[in-house]
Amino acid sequence: MSSTTTTATSRPALGAMQARSGAALNEAKVAIRNLDFFYADNKALKGIRLDIPDRQVTGMIGPSGCGKSTLLRVLNRMYSLYPGQRATGEVLLDGQNIISDDMDLNELRSKVGMVFQKPTPFPMTIYENIAFGVRLHEQLSKAQMDERVEWALTRAALWTEAKDRLNSSAMGMSGGQQQRLCIARTIAVRPEVILFDEPTSALDPISTLKIEELIDELKRDFTLVIVTHNMQQAARCADQVAFFYLGELIEVAPALEMFTAPKHAKTQEYITGRFG
Amino acid sequence: MQQATTFPTAAAKPARRGGADLGDAIFSGACHVAGALVLLLLGGIIVELFLGGLPAFRAFGLPFIWSTEWDPVTEVFGAGVSIYGTVVTAVLAIIIAVPVAFGVAFTLTELAPPWLRRPVGTAVELLAAVPSIIYGMWGFFLVAPIMAQYVQPALIDSLGELPGIGVLFQGPPFGTGILTAALILAIMILPFIAATMRDVFEQVPPVFKESAYGLGATTWEVMKGVVLPYTRVSVAGGVMLGLGRALGETMAVTFVIGNANRITTTLFGPGNTIASVVALEFGESETGSLKLSALLALGFILFVLSFIVLATSRYLLRSRLKV
Amino acid sequence: MSASASHPALTPVKDRAIATRLGRRRRRTDRIARTLSLVATGIGLVFLASILATLFVKGFGALNLSVFTEVTRPPGSDGGLLNAIVGSLIQVALATLVGTPIGMLVGTYLAEYARGSRFGDVVRFVSDILLSAPSILIGLFVYQLLVLPFGGFSGWAGVVALSIIIIPIVVRTTEDMLSLIPNTLREAVIGLGSPKWKMIVLVCWRSAISGIITGILLGIARIAGETAPLLFTSLGNNAWSTDLSQPMPSLPITIYSYAGSPFQDWIELAWAGALLITLAVLLLNIAARSLLRGGK
Repeated sequence: MSSTTTTATSRPALGAMQARSGAALNEAKVAIRNLDFFYADNKALKGIRLDIPDRQVTGMIGPSGCGKSTLLRVLNRMYSLYPGQRATGEVLLDGQNIISDDMDLNELRSKVGMVFQKPTPFPMTIYENIAFGVRLHEQLSKAQMDERVEWALTRAALWTEAKDRLNSSAMGMSGGQQQRLCIARTIAVRPEVILFDEPTSALDPISTLKIEELIDELKRDFTLVIVTHNMQQAARCADQVAFFYLGELIEVAPALEMFTAPKHAKTQEYITGRFG
Repeated sequence: MQQATTFPTAAAKPARRGGADLGDAIFSGACHVAGALVLLLLGGIIVELFLGGLPAFRAFGLPFIWSTEWDPVTEVFGAGVSIYGTVVTAVLAIIIAVPVAFGVAFTLTELAPPWLRRPVGTAVELLAAVPSIIYGMWGFFLVAPIMAQYVQPALIDSLGELPGIGVLFQGPPFGTGILTAALILAIMILPFIAATMRDVFEQVPPVFKESAYGLGATTWEVMKGVVLPYTRVSVAGGVMLGLGRALGETMAVTFVIGNANRITTTLFGPGNTIASVVALEFGESETGSLKLSALLALGFILFVLSFIVLATSRYLLRSRLKV
Repeated sequence: MSASASHPALTPVKDRAIATRLGRRRRRTDRIARTLSLVATGIGLVFLASILATLFVKGFGALNLSVFTEVTRPPGSDGGLLNAIVGSLIQVALATLVGTPIGMLVGTYLAEYARGSRFGDVVRFVSDILLSAPSILIGLFVYQLLVLPFGGFSGWAGVVALSIIIIPIVVRTTEDMLSLIPNTLREAVIGLGSPKWKMIVLVCWRSAISGIITGILLGIARIAGETAPLLFTSLGNNAWSTDLSQPMPSLPITIYSYAGSPFQDWIELAWAGALLITLAVLLLNIAARSLLRGGK
């Protein structure tokens, strides 16, 4: 939650945005067209059209209940777990419509990973936590798996802390470590897109900073989508920012533009902390 | 005006508080006494059963526990056969019931559409409410004939031919016996185990399951990889709870166990359990006889067995009990 | 992160062939597990249906007016179950009257007085053990305690045995329901200057009442079908008897002895009794459930 009252962007965040502003947005990895979403009869997303650029960070902001988390859960079809929730329209991942009925959900989720608001370590060892997802999609030898675990933990900036306790339970780690473990678990499957659902809202500021650095580093190889309540976080991390309100996409723009010159009055009000 | 209204209240306060203190003392005293009464009850059960069984324990010593003799004419009694029958039927019942109960719990938490969950769940719980004597009659009049006519002959022809485990499935198909008793017990404890499993599965936070689905896991992989590891201690507690029920179940077993004081290798053979012996032989034992004492001694042993199992179950389920 | 540089660059393109082959196998395993689970549930429901169907077919076939108007008689003389039904009603009603207040007090002690106390933990543990302890042992206990020293089998002994069985059930629901009440409510009542016992009786019990009644109904359902403990206490009586100092008939005991008899008319009466008792138990359960649901 942003505590600023007049302007959403702090000085370092502005610097980060300016540093990124030179690069234009990449071509779309995911293209969302005419997306409507329903919880039973309740329309939660209305006619969404959004391009998510390849290997960049898209931040989704907006007040609670605006639909940003719902949209995130469309991107890996998590909503399909729950009867009564359905989506219509098109969500094209590399040109393939993932919300069609004949989409293989297991394959989709191996391409689109997700990190949740609260750390969700499985009740098993650190090593097994990471191997769990990999084993679903690949057959690796012990040596290959060891290598993969090390690789994933390294990319998640957890290797030095975890390498001596790979066989101890993941439940004994700190909250920030658990969240990085969840990131390692997700990237170990080698997805193409990673979704972050308010990944730092349960963490302390130092752990938050580490996760944000990690997000910056991961976008070299992955397309990232992050839902956040924290506008400074969006400013620090995102290349493109999308603002949602009452189930509609109000505005989408490169981050610098969004935070310095929003086109819509509603966006302006939200990012300056007048509501939300 | 203000003074006038508050003054009497203040003056009355000491007297009222005295009354409240007395009321509190009485009520709190009643609650504490009731709590102590529960302890007295359990203590009383232990002491009375032990004292009642003491003559038998004195007469036969420790070998009472494993001696397989039970002869009312010569007044030689041993608990060996009925302890064996109790443990074997209860363990067999668990082996049969646990996989089925797991299937029911898996269905009720993950597979069935929501509108179906409550009616099916209620039906399973109603199965738990049916009195055990009804299971006994149903087992005796319906299941035992089916066992004798179809199930046991089929088992004799198939599994009975196998070397090793074949001896378990041989002998005349009476219908009643150890296997039938275990089957009825399994059906009786199924709803308890299934209900416990369902409750603990439901306690797994959805976000953990979503994390596993998010990695591309199937429903079964989420159950096996996340839900079961997450709940294994409570699941074991539920199984122990079922075992505790099976050990002490009386009426359902009494109807179908065949009541014979011998240990047979085949599961089709008749046998008995502590509870069935006590229920069936009690009417034929005279006050003050050594036989009656032996029955009470059996009761004491059953109490110890159940206590251990139930205490373990409660220990394993402790996280669930703390709401 | 320089460490990642030492690792091969990420190649998002995976070996699709392996993933697809694995996927097929995983989906098959998933399908098998689902199917087996559905079959298991089906089996459970078939058992319930079979029990109910057997009861209905045999029970309704044997049910007629004389079951309710005639007492038990020797085989072949058109007896009924009237004395057994009345005996059961008396014993269950008295056991509920005795056991419910004690159970509520214990549950109240655990929820309101014993939070965090060592003694309370022991009481809770013992009550939970009693809840699942074999009921036949309760019968043996009461036999030793009351029947042997006080001159024989009696309705009172049956009442005591059944009340010992219902107590832990009421304890569990009372404690559970009381601990659902938020502490802020208690503080609000105490803050008005109410003594603790009034807070408990007038506010806590009242808020928890539908849950507690649910527990009592479930307890009644449980003791109504109990057979084993009555074998050693009220024993059964083939004559009309409402004298609680004498052996007293009850429906479960009559069913037990009739079902095991060689006489066809007795066996039919046993089925009729079994149907009555099961219907009563199931109705009590359904009533308890709908009460709890309505109370929420």
